Amino acid sequence: MSGAIKPKHQRLVLALLAIAALIGAGLLAAWALRSQASYFYVPSDIAAAPPAPDQAVRLGGMVQAGSLKTLPDGVTVRFMVGDGKANVPVRYSGILPDLFVEGSGVVAEGRLAADGTFVADNLLAKHDENYVPRELKDMTDAQARATVAETGK
Amino acid sequence: MMAEFGLAALWLAAALAALQLLAGSLSLKAGEESGQLAALVRPLAIVQGVLTGLSFAALLVLFVNTDLSVKLVAMNSHSAKPFIYKLSGAWGNHEGSMLLWVTVMAGAGGLIALFERRLPEPTMLATLAAQAFVGLGFYAFLLFSSNPFERLPSPAPKGLGLNPLLQDIGLAFHPPTLYLGYVGLSIAFSFAVGALLTRQVTPDFARAMRPWVLGAWIFLTIGITAGSYWAYYELGWGGWWFWDPVENASLMPWLAATALLHSVSVLAARDALRTWTIMLGVAAFSMSMVGTFLVRSGILTSVHAFAVDPERGSFILVLLAIYIGGALTLFALRAGTIAEGERFAVLSREGALVFNNVMLTAILAIVLVGTLYPLVTEAMGVKVSVGPPYFNPVGAIFALPMLAVMAIGPLLRWRRESFAAIRLPVLVLGLVTVAVLAIVMASSSGIGLLPLAGLALGVSVAVASVLPLRGRKLRRMPLSVWGMVLAHMGIGVAICGMASESAFSVERLVAAKAGDTVEVGPWQVRLVAVEPVAGPNWTALEGRMQARYDDGEPIELAPQARAFWTPPQQTSEAALLTRWNGQLYAVIGEQVHGDASADAPRWQLRLWWKPFVTLIWYGGLLIALGGALALVGRVLTELRRHAALRRIAERRQEQGR
Repeated sequence: MSGAIKPKHQRLVLALLAIAALIGAGLLAAWALRSQASYFYVPSDIAAAPPAPDQAVRLGGMVQAGSLKTLPDGVTVRFMVGDGKANVPVRYSGILPDLFVEGSGVVAEGRLAADGTFVADNLLAKHDENYVPRELKDMTDAQARATVAETGK
Repeated sequence: MMAEFGLAALWLAAALAALQLLAGSLSLKAGEESGQLAALVRPLAIVQGVLTGLSFAALLVLFVNTDLSVKLVAMNSHSAKPFIYKLSGAWGNHEGSMLLWVTVMAGAGGLIALFERRLPEPTMLATLAAQAFVGLGFYAFLLFSSNPFERLPSPAPKGLGLNPLLQDIGLAFHPPTLYLGYVGLSIAFSFAVGALLTRQVTPDFARAMRPWVLGAWIFLTIGITAGSYWAYYELGWGGWWFWDPVENASLMPWLAATALLHSVSVLAARDALRTWTIMLGVAAFSMSMVGTFLVRSGILTSVHAFAVDPERGSFILVLLAIYIGGALTLFALRAGTIAEGERFAVLSREGALVFNNVMLTAILAIVLVGTLYPLVTEAMGVKVSVGPPYFNPVGAIFALPMLAVMAIGPLLRWRRESFAAIRLPVLVLGLVTVAVLAIVMASSSGIGLLPLAGLALGVSVAVASVLPLRGRKLRRMPLSVWGMVLAHMGIGVAICGMASESAFSVERLVAAKAGDTVEVGPWQVRLVAVEPVAGPNWTALEGRMQARYDDGEPIELAPQARAFWTPPQQTSEAALLTRWNGQLYAVIGEQVHGDASADAPRWQLRLWWKPFVTLIWYGGLLIALGGALALVGRVLTELRRHAALRRIAERRQEQGR
């Protein structure tokens, strides 16, 4: 059967199939990204329009001073993350990142539970002097500007 | 003095690259009468390779002597550091690693100039000119915006030290290996451009290009495997792949190179897939450059992003646009003029290879889109991150069919195969797949769809990989076939490891007192004591543990939480206990806060039992070993052919007299 197909036509068919597969992959990627990408929220975003309960999101903000509590099991912590306008309670089970302290920035990966607590699977804190999660860097800049604007009034 | 010598060698090498480009392109234009100019090109490439080697050696000497008058050394090294990390500090930073990049690139160019004699000379000239052209951009980047030999106005009193996460023996060798792969692909790129310029896309071209692609691919495989193992034990999160953009940056060239490796074989054996092979040659190195841009431009924050200088990011972006854009334009102009290759049947070796090529490219597209998407949305003001929930299922849609075809492909003959000939092996493989599915589903419940499919296909691929040996004289099999068998088996083994890790891992997270016993899977782990210990440039809290497997003899384990002081940073050193059937992974955290009322302090422990997780890296090494065997086999065959041709020529000469 394939003897009847000229090389030129076979090449065309192959090219079309390859292109179709790649476009298919691209469309699939675009569709999956819309549902699977995890969006970045700050506490005031969550207060304004909370994400769907099982949607994976990232929450960034400052660990509020005096809010860090270790539960009796010794491995679960609760703390408040705030951005100056709103606070969100966060629960995390695991070993805390080394530079995780009250009053410093954190990005929590996880999802919002039905009771309004953010359940984190992973915490990203400032790693060292040179390595700050990208969201944190922008946020502290924005906060610095906000503070300047506030004191300028 | 050493710094000036290194810089001078680098400038000289850059000048030679410019000359190489000039001589190469002029003699290409002149055609036949370009005798003397053309004769210059190969020596230029070789000397250029030697000079960059000297320049890199100079940097190594500076780091070993901790010469604090050099800015780079002062920023990244410290005299109180073990010798090997002084050495690896030379490439554990932006400038040094770019120098390594240029060194590998020029060295590879020198090697093809020295050894590659199979191609028509014009194609070689075009290839070397292209190699010089690509090299020039990176010389410019190095000399104008990231000079590694810059002196400080006055020597620093002491160095700032190397990031402790990088002070690890695995990391000492991870960048050089990965770079050999990354930059080695530049040869495939130059070959592709050379062949396009001279319209010489022939099986000979494929045979000449194959060993170089194979070599780069082997190093890339080892680099990725080592990087994955490093992330696994050094980061203390117990994961071996995070779909981090940095990891994707190494996976994308690997996917393209794997596709290229297979399409080159089709071109060499059957003179088909000409334009597709050229396209992949361009794509593979383009992915290396995209990866470098992502990793080194500071657009992503990670332990790999040394350069946060936006000027450097723009510089790499411009280089990227010139080389990828240029190559694609050339491709668009010339692709139509490359004569058509042979045609072939769907059920044939080349048919299966084409299918796998398309699937690999689709996976590449999936990974590329997922990696770039956050950057695109951020430019539009929305911050997102893309992780396993996207990559795993969407990648699997293409990976699973690819694995199925990969199991059968090597059993097919070139040109045309009848279904009757492969009915038996296909039946056997189908039975194996079903049997594994049945056993796994019966023995344990609640396993996800992907790990289940991974286990079944992984076992089938591993079994299928040895079937090509059936009915053949093992002694007389070419080494390259053994290489294919091992590499395919490695894929099966690695897939089994990945699936087993995600299906059967057990995790425990507890706060334990000294004397407590924690059960994790078949293990009982007793925390004996927590004690302070000190190393050359760190102090640590060490948890001493005794682990017993199924009431066997206790085995000592000692995970540490380390604090470095130059620069100040903390890392957690996981303790690993390897058995034939998996690994016990232990991490110690801090002392539990607010425990004052309790009689004894409690410590956070995180323990994992990961059945057969080691198969992931054994599989990776098998793949690389298979590649190495194939490379040796190909080179030996080529040498033998060469010797035979020479003997024939000599005999002819004698008879002619």
